[in-house]
Amino acid sequence: MLTNFRTGFFGACCWLFAGCATTPQTTLYDKLGGESGIHNIVENLVQEIGRDEQVFHYFAQSRVSRFKENLIEHFCAISDGPCQYTGDNMVDIHTGMNINERDFNHLVDLLINAMDDEGIPHRIQNQLIARLAPLREEIIYR
Amino acid sequence: MRHILLLLTLSLVSQLHAADGKLLATPGISQIEGAGGGGFVPWAQLAGYGSRDEIAANVFCSGANVDDYDLHVCGAQATFYDRVEFSVAKQKFHVDALNLNIKQRVLGVKARLYGDIVYSRFPQISLGIQHKKLDDPTVAYLLGADEDSGTDVYLAASKLHLGAIGGYNWLWNITARSTEANQTGLLGFGNAEHGNQREIVLEASTAILFGRHLALGVEYRQKPDNLGLKEDDWSNVFVAWFPNKVISLTAAWLDLGEIAGAKNQQGAYFSVTGYF
Ligand code: HEM
Repeated sequence: MLTNFRTGFFGACCWLFAGCATTPQTTLYDKLGGESGIHNIVENLVQEIGRDEQVFHYFAQSRVSRFKENLIEHFCAISDGPCQYTGDNMVDIHTGMNINERDFNHLVDLLINAMDDEGIPHRIQNQLIARLAPLREEIIYR
Repeated sequence: MRHILLLLTLSLVSQLHAADGKLLATPGISQIEGAGGGGFVPWAQLAGYGSRDEIAANVFCSGANVDDYDLHVCGAQATFYDRVEFSVAKQKFHVDALNLNIKQRVLGVKARLYGDIVYSRFPQISLGIQHKKLDDPTVAYLLGADEDSGTDVYLAASKLHLGAIGGYNWLWNITARSTEANQTGLLGFGNAEHGNQREIVLEASTAILFGRHLALGVEYRQKPDNLGLKEDDWSNVFVAWFPNKVISLTAAWLDLGEIAGAKNQQGAYFSVTGYF
């Protein structure tokens, strides 16, 4: 009797949880349009930087293809997508650039433009920016 | 006043470009005593868009029109390296019943002690003072005020939470102010019979940013009642529009309660700030 009860009880639980599990949780990665969405955002961002007088100089010597690849991977990982960021850490990458607050915020504005062009809604944009914001300390004035 | 304005203009001209290092809307607007803030409440943010490497200068004018009174304020702020803000404001308070103007001048300084409203883990904290002086204290003295000038000291904390409410950015600010001002100083300071009546009042603002350009919020400002005239706390509901980093326009509905015997003072408020 007890065993039956337990089977029934756990059975019900499994069924409940299975019900949840079959509705896949949407990650921020999905909301950003998944692989193609993030690819396009980074592509747009690179275009924005290329046209920008204020921050282009930082990137003048960069290898665009590697930058894109690593940034896509970084955005994918930070938005809970199916990626692991394999690049260098934020401090090492940005050391020697002496990026100031103003230029950091300007890049945020360019990222917003890039997301606007990809049709990412304002509320989703904020969620990506919220995840990037804590990294600022590792990036500016280094 | 004139010298300070001249200084501001000079610092303006000497700037090659307007300060634009903060994110849109994050510095807020100009409060009635001249500090960077909301409408009533001085915020922890320093006025204008100057980041740690910039100087910012701003000018503003605000007008409030409630049932039996009008308030007109114009002023300016200069903010240095997102560390210290200097402000001046000239207030003209029109009393309909007496058909006279009460004028007050406010000089302010605010220093950022910690943090960044957007990026630091804990809220941004600033400490400020506002020194106020009435041009003509006749009305204040008639109502029983002790002084025609006074100094407020305040500590403010504020934070913008990115994507916090349904994906929208959410701002809050709390300010504790030590003051002896009656109706922010327009009716003088303290009580002639009881002398110095310094006390600590709390003020708060909160807003949600619907998009990059639009903020909707409310404010509350606790007030002392030194004169025994049933001075009420103030509140407002505001909408602020930030089309760019050069100008902001704000409209609000004010509820100022009882002012010197006139009950239930409500009305509209408009404010414009220009950022350089
Ligand atoms: C939270 C914000 C930021 C994040 C998450 C971020 C992330 C990254 C990543 C993942 C890379 C690729 C590294 C690689 O090429 O291996 C990178 C490279 C780079 N970043 Fe950032 N970055 C941020 C902000 C900034 C800002 C504000 C600037 C300048 C204004 C900047 C300038 C650069 C430059 C110039 C490179 C290329 C370095 C190279 O060519 O080796 N970054 N960043």
